Amino acid sequence: MDIVKLTIDNTPVVVEKGTTVLEAAKTVGVDIPTLCYMKLDDMEFENKPGGCRVCVVEVEGRRNLAPSCKTECEDGMVVNTHSVRVVNARRTVMELILSDHPFECLVCAKSGKCDLQSLAQDLGIREIHYQGEKSHYKSDHSPAIIREMDKCIMCRRCETACNDVQTVGTLSAIYRGFNSVVAPAFEMDLDHTNCTFCGQCVAVCPTGALIERDHTWKVMDAIIDPKKTVIVQTAPAVRAALGEEFGLEPGTLVTGKMVSALRKIGFDYVFDTDFAADLTILEEGTELLGRLSKFLAGDKEVKLPILTSCCPAWVNFFEHHFPEMKEIPSTAKSPQQMFGAIAKTYFADQLKIKREDLVVVSVMPCLAKKYEASRDEFAVNGDPDVNISITTRELAQMIKNANLKFTELPDDDFDRPMGESTGAGVIFGTTGGVIEAAVRTAYELHTGKELDRVDFKELRGMEGIRSATLDFDGLPINIGIAHGLGNARKLLEDIKAGKSQFHAIEIMACPGGCIGGGGQPYHHGDVTVLKKRQKAIYEEDAGKTIRKSHENPYIKKLYEEFLGEPCGHKSHELLHTSYFDKKKKIEI
Amino acid sequence: MTPEEVIDEIKRSGLRGRGGGGFPTGLKWELTRKVKAEQKYVVCNADEGDPGAFMDRSILEGDPHTVLEAMAINGYCTEASKGLIYIRAEYPLAIERLKIAIDQAREYGLLGDDIFGTGFSFDIELRYGAGAFVCGEETALIHSMEGLRGEPTVKPPFPSESGYKGAPTNVNNVETYASVPVILLKGADWFSSIGTEKSKGTKVFALAGKVNNVGLVEVPMGTTLREVIFDIGGGIKGGKKFKAVQTGGPSGGCLTEKHLDIPIDYDNLIASGSMMGSGGMIVMDEDDCMVSVAKFYLDFTVEESCGKCAPCRIGNKRLYEMLDTITQGKGTVEDLSKLRNLANVIKDTSLCGLGQTSPNPVLSTMDNFYDEYLAHVKDHKCPSGQCKALMSYIIKEDACVGCTLCARVCPVDAISGEKKMPHVIDQSICIKCGACFEKCKFDAIFIE
Amino acid sequence: MADIKLPANKVQELRDICAKFNHEKGELINVLHAAQGIFGYLPAEVQDIVAEELNVSVAHVYGVVTFYSFFTMTPKGKYPISICMGTACYVRGAEKVLDEFKRLLDLKVGETSANGDFSISCLRCVGACGLAPVVTVGEKVYGRVAPEDVKGIIAEYK
Repeated sequence: MDIVKLTIDNTPVVVEKGTTVLEAAKTVGVDIPTLCYMKLDDMEFENKPGGCRVCVVEVEGRRNLAPSCKTECEDGMVVNTHSVRVVNARRTVMELILSDHPFECLVCAKSGKCDLQSLAQDLGIREIHYQGEKSHYKSDHSPAIIREMDKCIMCRRCETACNDVQTVGTLSAIYRGFNSVVAPAFEMDLDHTNCTFCGQCVAVCPTGALIERDHTWKVMDAIIDPKKTVIVQTAPAVRAALGEEFGLEPGTLVTGKMVSALRKIGFDYVFDTDFAADLTILEEGTELLGRLSKFLAGDKEVKLPILTSCCPAWVNFFEHHFPEMKEIPSTAKSPQQMFGAIAKTYFADQLKIKREDLVVVSVMPCLAKKYEASRDEFAVNGDPDVNISITTRELAQMIKNANLKFTELPDDDFDRPMGESTGAGVIFGTTGGVIEAAVRTAYELHTGKELDRVDFKELRGMEGIRSATLDFDGLPINIGIAHGLGNARKLLEDIKAGKSQFHAIEIMACPGGCIGGGGQPYHHGDVTVLKKRQKAIYEEDAGKTIRKSHENPYIKKLYEEFLGEPCGHKSHELLHTSYFDKKKKIEI
Repeated sequence: MTPEEVIDEIKRSGLRGRGGGGFPTGLKWELTRKVKAEQKYVVCNADEGDPGAFMDRSILEGDPHTVLEAMAINGYCTEASKGLIYIRAEYPLAIERLKIAIDQAREYGLLGDDIFGTGFSFDIELRYGAGAFVCGEETALIHSMEGLRGEPTVKPPFPSESGYKGAPTNVNNVETYASVPVILLKGADWFSSIGTEKSKGTKVFALAGKVNNVGLVEVPMGTTLREVIFDIGGGIKGGKKFKAVQTGGPSGGCLTEKHLDIPIDYDNLIASGSMMGSGGMIVMDEDDCMVSVAKFYLDFTVEESCGKCAPCRIGNKRLYEMLDTITQGKGTVEDLSKLRNLANVIKDTSLCGLGQTSPNPVLSTMDNFYDEYLAHVKDHKCPSGQCKALMSYIIKEDACVGCTLCARVCPVDAISGEKKMPHVIDQSICIKCGACFEKCKFDAIFIE
Repeated sequence: MADIKLPANKVQELRDICAKFNHEKGELINVLHAAQGIFGYLPAEVQDIVAEELNVSVAHVYGVVTFYSFFTMTPKGKYPISICMGTACYVRGAEKVLDEFKRLLDLKVGETSANGDFSISCLRCVGACGLAPVVTVGEKVYGRVAPEDVKGIIAEYK
């Protein structure tokens, strides 16, 4: 290992060759401010265009100031991070950035969570000496994401997320100079593009330029409507992150407090998406075993590997980018939509109300869920199975609006029947979780034997693409896992080329899975936040008495009373879907 | 000659990059040679974007073979087998002639596989620019050749380590390459006998503006500005007074009377607050307002900034706006110190050479013509009478014969008056186009 | 964006050019030059085809098209008028010449006249500074243009 020695702010520093000045400074307690820079270790996300010039430092012997995020340490380098020259330059550059930014902080959705705002505060900017024309772009209100590009500071993080990490290619920098901004082709609105609504652009945006569409008011309208029964489902990843919005450590599980808060907000029933996740496993697991046994019987037509289909951004991705493969993913609907379908039939029947009078709200870590809920095929006579989908962040806002002291709320339990879930349902919230849950059930259904261990540690982790071969009582099953759509693309290209050896593949669009979803509390570039959320998810699983979906008593009851059998007639009608070719056709 | 001998010859000749930076050419070649790689590239920067400079075009149209030859020599030295010429699409004739020259060279076996049985193979392709000044910056140029937006990246790594398609790449401009064959033909000693201590050989300047003789001028390094402007250029047009000469294009600065006798070379120009650039030389006379000149260059930079880094993207825009305010007569003395601070910060923090030099026209005019700036902000006067907002056209009552010509040419009907009676200009309507001033046969209109 | 129909033979010509460039992403700018040569401008539909042929996102193509001033998404006039605004031309009065064109044709820079005859654009130095100020109409170059000459130049094409 090559070592370099340098001095930063008069302190000697020894680092490995290749270390940037920014990283080296951190080792001696010097925190150089950054703005465009963002690096998520293990998530293959690195954005350092060296564009904002906020992190500049003075390097002795160099004519100009150097961006510390892009400058590698050299032997004998003498660095000053806060000379008068540096501080003046940094503040002036910051003033310039602010001079082209709307002063709408008080009413901006990002206020209090904005990197630009907190940097301005840290630098003590009290006056902007350089004022002039501000950039104006048309704003874009898609069903999931709002783009107000007047607030864009050209950090390019969204572009990196959309192109390098997700390989979706919806966004690009356009124009040049003062007019440059990040936008879809021809500045179309997102819903006319190939956007998957994964929301990773929103997750990394430092300002309020990219935010989710706020649906909290719609929820409140439903709650105060006396004719409506309003029920809510909460996705597994929400409970592992919601606490962050109330100052709790990342990874603090707040399931009980969340249920309690939802009741106080006024929901008539508080249910768990985990219940529907268990249901998904029965449907998807059965489908997998069906395809597998056909394959083993010599059927050459059967589509393998089977791909999971719970992630709506992933569904959008293959509909836009790989429509020729739309027969491969499982036809099982996502847990959100299964929940909606069951709620509007089975549960509405139990309550003896019309489906139109039942309002299903979902709390999701996700922006694509907003889009998924609005898909035409998930509605009956115009009445959607899931009426409103809100994010973890929006729920936090509703809790604050309801004047609840969240951290002091008592722990409460979900309602029955759709609030009962197993550990398998919980781990849907992280990469590797869906397939682990599926394996727990598929193994027992296939072999007829009970698993002696339910923890499949070989499927867990944060690596972008993982694989494992599991022994199904003599039958080797090859499992693949990808999170991040760029990684998914690699596995899809393999399948397309006939090179894939997998029987089943789990895909989640967001890095880390749902815990890193576009609707979660902002991680501000701190990847440990995601890891702590993941740990919390596995903790909740380990603490559950029932950890296999097919053992969920309420799921069993649901099949007995209503559905019949997994992948049976009724299931097909309610719990399965089909996919569409959404590739843009060029007409001549 | 071995590759080492060639590089040594170039190094001894003292040739420095003619594209603006003045980096020693031999050293650049050596750096590219030293990097080990399967594939390397030789790139010729023919994206001559400095407005007012066209020496590269004249070389490419006049003698494209020298450039091809030099690129092949570079390929021989750096062990590259592929050359690329990045040329502006605005130069159709140069493109045409380059294509012919490349075909001819292939025909004669000067390009292609196993050239003259030496085992050395080299071929050249053309890549087109598409109207972006920033692509003259070598990393931006490389990105543009890769089919990307022409945005520069932070150096290091330099192209000699990681350039086109990530491979080591030697980038020189047209004029630099064109100097190579003659150095090898006549020897480093001959070349280095011309010029000054640190700048060897000759340099082509594009002389333009308010001089009698305009065009390309090739002079030995060390020639003074006075010789170029007054001896070769034949002095100022219309017998007017010399005021300033802008060298180095939009990145350069304005030099004045006191700089006229400095021998022109890379280092002297930088020491005087300007730069060699690619050799543009625009002469200005007493009628030119230096604040407006700075504003003109900033307008160019604002237009050509790629937008990647904040100081260049927003800072230059603000510089332009402040200069505009000053030329409108709305500036203050405090604005001048803000202007200087902003210019210095943009220089100090911008990502690439474009932003690092874009404030030069402002700083150099402030250094040399501070009085003019003061006149604009304190007295709200433009001493050269160029700033429209600060002047009025007035009809001298006693000189006006009432011929009505001025009223007829006025595009906005701001002039009124009876035939054979003195006319008047309504200042609230006048757009200061100057049509009346130019048409008046009786010198009855003056500018205040 | 308005949907337009592209002539099939021209589309095929474009596809052939992409094939000639081996569908290489790196050739995007060369391909766009060729496309603009075929269609006269680069409407969204053309960019869609280029993106498909080179296997890059259409957002990327649009990002490149809008970066370079040589590329245009609006069709130029039958007689495209370009006024050089390089430094040499500027100091010799190019702005006044430009103003005169704008006034006489009642067009702004970047616009095309309603009948499709004329369009006005500004150039950055055509490298003919000795003839400053310079105006080009199509391929024809006019040197040392004074505002009074503008009327005559336009008349040549009417």
